[in-house]
Amino acid sequence: MINMERRKALKTGGGLGLLGVFALLGLTPGIVWASVGRAAFEAKSLNEAFEALGVLTPENSALIKLTTPDVAANGAVVPVTVECQLSGTEQIAILIEKNPTMLAASFVIPEGTEGYISTKIKMAQTSAVIALVKVNGKFYRASREVQVTAGGC
Amino acid sequence: MTNPTKMRASAKDGVTEVRVLMQHDMENGRRKDEGGNVIPAWYITEIQAQHNGKTVLNGQFGTSVSKNPYLIFRFKGGAIGDKITLSWLDNLGEKRSDEVAIS
Repeated sequence: MINMERRKALKTGGGLGLLGVFALLGLTPGIVWASVGRAAFEAKSLNEAFEALGVLTPENSALIKLTTPDVAANGAVVPVTVECQLSGTEQIAILIEKNPTMLAASFVIPEGTEGYISTKIKMAQTSAVIALVKVNGKFYRASREVQVTAGGC
Repeated sequence: MTNPTKMRASAKDGVTEVRVLMQHDMENGRRKDEGGNVIPAWYITEIQAQHNGKTVLNGQFGTSVSKNPYLIFRFKGGAIGDKITLSWLDNLGEKRSDEVAIS
């Protein structure tokens, strides 16, 4: 009996605590931050990053269009566009093989959003830029070598 | 202190394109200032975009995203006047949400 009360109190307390944390962060209930782990951002090798993203062996696909400059004069701002012509795109990730933090960004694409992302990344040195795209549960990749004349990390 | 995200959203042929420019230093924690002191890491870790309250994009960033992150994405639907909200959260717990109407 006493134990039951205690459980209840703990539950209520825990609930309030969580609400408190949300209030502290000022997060409205409308925003639910993706609770995906960040292990992939700590990866020290491409294989580690793939593993943390849950990728086994991504297939190269011509249906993934990765657009980057061939030569980047300023490594601090390198435009990258990933476009997937397959329907059912669920995730798009951009990796830079020779950066200390390889995974630049990972996007979750809900239904109704197109398989298209354009952004700008930092590159420490000449490296391969890899686009990883998850389509209907399967990973595909496309990569391009970008020559960096002045690294910007 | 955070600065407002610049945004433009336009609807054409049933698809809305959203262009975003977030204002953030995106320090990777490896750079040094003039005095040789390491500038602590300070970067956006998560972003979320909503169209009239429905999530249209979720993203996680690492430190390899350029300063003042730039982003373009597209989703089906969207009418002129609809609200697009972009929210971000950084590694120090700072966050902000900005809104724009589709034009």
